[in-house]
Amino acid sequence: MKIRVTVLPKPSVLDPQGVAVAGAMKHLGWENPGRVRVGKVIEIDSPGACPDEAKLHAICRDLLSNPVIEDYSVEFLEP
Amino acid sequence: MRFAVLRFPGSNCDQDCLRTLRDNFGAHAEPVWHKETSVAGFDAIIAPGGFSYGDYLRCGAIARYSPVMRAVREEAERGTPVLGICNGFQILCEAGLLPGALVRNRGLHFICRQIHLRLENNSSPFTRAGLIGQVLRVPVAHGEGCYYADNDTLQRLEDKDRIAFRYCDADGNVSPESNPNGSLHNIAGILNEKGNVLGMMPHPERACEERLGSTDGRLVFESLINSAMAAIQ
Repeated sequence: MKIRVTVLPKPSVLDPQGVAVAGAMKHLGWENPGRVRVGKVIEIDSPGACPDEAKLHAICRDLLSNPVIEDYSVEFLEP
Repeated sequence: MRFAVLRFPGSNCDQDCLRTLRDNFGAHAEPVWHKETSVAGFDAIIAPGGFSYGDYLRCGAIARYSPVMRAVREEAERGTPVLGICNGFQILCEAGLLPGALVRNRGLHFICRQIHLRLENNSSPFTRAGLIGQVLRVPVAHGEGCYYADNDTLQRLEDKDRIAFRYCDADGNVSPESNPNGSLHNIAGILNEKGNVLGMMPHPERACEERLGSTDGRLVFESLINSAMAAIQ
């Protein structure tokens, strides 16, 4: 099965990378890109079954993201 | 006085800590590999700087699951002083031994230079040898040193006198200009609730000899040694 976990800085956390990327986008002609946030994508392509939902979310919360500064979302791409 | 200096894959200030403890303070200092399951029998534990696990995922995110960290948590609960420096601070935050997190510097650059710190609390085992308001000159070397915590946590840190060090200028003024990385409330170092765990981004172990440009970092190790001596007596 294939799962995609997306991790982004919380809106309340200053994201200097996002600000820098937004600045570069302006240089390329996008006049007002608004707020840009830079995060990470973790793709899990597992030959076995996914752990139960509680376990999966515990791993997302405790390892893949840091709830102090980040939010995450999970997408199930392939069964 | 026996110090444990933790060593993770990618730690790179472990030798600096071991050397300064042995040569400048005559202390017994031992490296402890991250796979060890006990750190019992030491008077203090140091989580040194570096890039544990290559900073993969987040700084300190993988190191916090090293076997030794369970033992560090147990020792911290027993009251043993635990000092996290730079990456060690990041690991202690990820492990939940300290609140908040360290994120990318506001200016995005890796900063490696001398800065000034104002001592804010001299009742901890790490700062007892100092005076409140005292200014220390100590180097920083980090890309992710911007301290972040939510407002409630910041308020709690302020109210309970748990901010050990703040970034300041040479005269001790705490201001946005003297903040090298965007840390909230100019925070450079914080204590846990019991006061026996300190995390700090600056490197006191690199400021213990005249030829390194400053001896102000000695205060942290002298305080620790004095506290351990007092505990034995």
